[in-house]
Amino acid sequence: MAIMNMLQALNSALDTMMARDSSVVLMGEDVGYFGGVFRVTEGLQRKYGEHRVLDSPIAEGGIVATAIGMAVHGLRPVAEIQFADYIYPAYDQIVSELARLRYRSGGDFFAPVTIRTPCGGGIRGGQTHSQSPEAVFAHVCGLKVVMPSNPYDAKGLLITAIEDEDPVIFLEPKRLYNGPFYGDPEKPAQPWNDHPKGEVPEGYYTVPIGQAEIAREGRAVTIVTYGTMVHVAQAAAHTAGIDAEIIDVRSIVPLDLATLTESVKKTGRCIVVHEATGFGGFGGELVASIQEACFWHLEAPILRVAGWDTPYPHAFEWEYFPGPARIIAALKSVMEAS
Amino acid sequence: MTTKSRLHVPKAHARPGETPDFSYVQISPAGAVARPEINAPAGDIADLANSMVRVLDEEHRAIGPWHPHLDPGELQIGLRHMLLTRLYDNRMQRMQRQGKISFYMRAYGEEAVSVAQCMALRPTDMLFPAYRNQGLQITRGRPLEALMCQALSNTRDMCKGRQLPVMYHWKEGNLFTQSGNLATQFPQAVGWAMAAAIKGEDRLAASWLGEGSTAEADFHYALLFAAVYQAPVILNITNNQWAISTFQGFAGGEQRSFAARGGGYGLPGIRVDGNDFLATYAVTTWAAERARNGHGPTLVELVTYRGGAHSTSDDPSRYRPKDDYELWPLGDPIERLKQHLIRLGEWSDERHATLEAELEQHVTDSWKRATSYGTLTEGPRLDPDLLFEDVFKEMPEHLKRQQAQLRALRG
Repeated sequence: MAIMNMLQALNSALDTMMARDSSVVLMGEDVGYFGGVFRVTEGLQRKYGEHRVLDSPIAEGGIVATAIGMAVHGLRPVAEIQFADYIYPAYDQIVSELARLRYRSGGDFFAPVTIRTPCGGGIRGGQTHSQSPEAVFAHVCGLKVVMPSNPYDAKGLLITAIEDEDPVIFLEPKRLYNGPFYGDPEKPAQPWNDHPKGEVPEGYYTVPIGQAEIAREGRAVTIVTYGTMVHVAQAAAHTAGIDAEIIDVRSIVPLDLATLTESVKKTGRCIVVHEATGFGGFGGELVASIQEACFWHLEAPILRVAGWDTPYPHAFEWEYFPGPARIIAALKSVMEAS
Repeated sequence: MTTKSRLHVPKAHARPGETPDFSYVQISPAGAVARPEINAPAGDIADLANSMVRVLDEEHRAIGPWHPHLDPGELQIGLRHMLLTRLYDNRMQRMQRQGKISFYMRAYGEEAVSVAQCMALRPTDMLFPAYRNQGLQITRGRPLEALMCQALSNTRDMCKGRQLPVMYHWKEGNLFTQSGNLATQFPQAVGWAMAAAIKGEDRLAASWLGEGSTAEADFHYALLFAAVYQAPVILNITNNQWAISTFQGFAGGEQRSFAARGGGYGLPGIRVDGNDFLATYAVTTWAAERARNGHGPTLVELVTYRGGAHSTSDDPSRYRPKDDYELWPLGDPIERLKQHLIRLGEWSDERHATLEAELEQHVTDSWKRATSYGTLTEGPRLDPDLLFEDVFKEMPEHLKRQQAQLRALRG
């Protein structure tokens, strides 16, 4: 075991897989010589060569399209889209092609491409460096969508994603790259050193796609969340002194509904928290699915805490961000209902 | 003096009721264009994008430096594949009119593009077709029956009932699955070719799209990535003048040739008479040799004409003159190769008629076998359980639940 931040854990996952499997190639803007703007691919081009770590033109649609072609020819490309906010030029290739090759060809062609992309706010990135587009991809049949909340899961899930025979959208909450974030930007940043999930095996291991994890056990209320908000929710529950069970969804598609509903049946109360805008967001799917399975166990309506339905504003980042105060308010509301 | 900006709206050469005027098509005499070495730098051969490689002259002779010197037997095979493509298309169009299939798209008038190009490539080369490239399937030896089963969405449909007719694929034949979203295959072919180069293979990729689709961003990505990584790929633009009702001027064809798009990216663009079987074969061979010998990608513009409607859902008499194709200056690809073979003393009208009857019978027999596996409306049907398969490799829980729901509804 070693202490790793999320960047190091992701780098270690890529390194591990490139060493194990010569068909794994990396591509993306600035990923080669420079090692990526967030340093996730640092050192890998030197180690594995220019044919396996390709600097790409600034053309996300071209990056994904060529990754598809490579995957069809037996490679396992891991494409980096520098920010999730830049992924939209590739949307047609992802939605109409990558997600559907297997289906439309009756299972004859498929493209095991992993698309890594940093998402989420809290880094003063303004409206073009802060988005959380998971719902946009969750709605597309044929894509797996994951979002880890810590270094251990990040490495294990990325290895699983690369080995997966289906395409995976791998969303990396960039606010968590260097340490867990508990929702208060005034407090000094904390490293992963003191967090149990900062301990990461150096070699190969996997975390399955399709399994949620109970990040904190509790009996009074269930908080269903993922990404950065896992840590913010923990801080909120702690501050409010509420015995909340926190579930880290981890895998948005496929969704581990059983873990979610088992918890909500136990607690009888639930809030859903995500950073992305609320309207049409993935929270709506979570609420609907949980409600369908748990209606007769519920003591209160399920509430959502999400980003406001606006673009992510630069100057009002912390008014936008669904921080501990909003989570505590929602927790109190569902706890008081009877 | 006052100045004023100006908005230019391209005009088609002729609309219904007007006389077709193809003077806009720049045509070089047969044999007039030089054939450069395969390692010629793109910058030295820019003229290839503005002239037109032609081998067959008005007297049906093969002349000039691009003459591929194919055996008459090879030419007869080419003629056969083109004729079979046309007869297959005609039958399927009729079957659509009779309600046996939902939709169809013929390659009428542009058969040489798929057939000559496919014959110039190796069976191991990977092809990424557009929707009017059924000639690739036929040339690679796909039984018509398999294509018909796809169009019928029947129990032998390779797509398991999931795709519109004509969206074929053939994994064993190295023919990629087709998309209804235009141009997406172009940069995918470049990625496949990059992988071939990474693996150190001598295989290449080829892809096709229409001149209308060059307007899509994917066209730009393909040329850019092909040029940057010097991928072993042949990128083909089938310029058949029409994108449904939109003539090629709206894809930017008025100001420069489509082949000339290559120069801006530093890759050679070459314009060829796409209805000249020999010229099309020769240009493809040249591009393939370039790719296989490490000289990188080539952009090929095949000038041809969409002789029929865009699809069975289209009525071209609403937007172009009825006699447009009859007056098209590059003629008909099948007729031109036939006349060339006759001139060589290797073909005759009688042999042609015999071949046509033989192929017509082959189409009939294939249709009979294909329909025995069901049609959209009659006979055996695909299992609706298939609806949920192949979304993912392993079916996730939510799809298993939905599959069970549908089963319960079906009783």
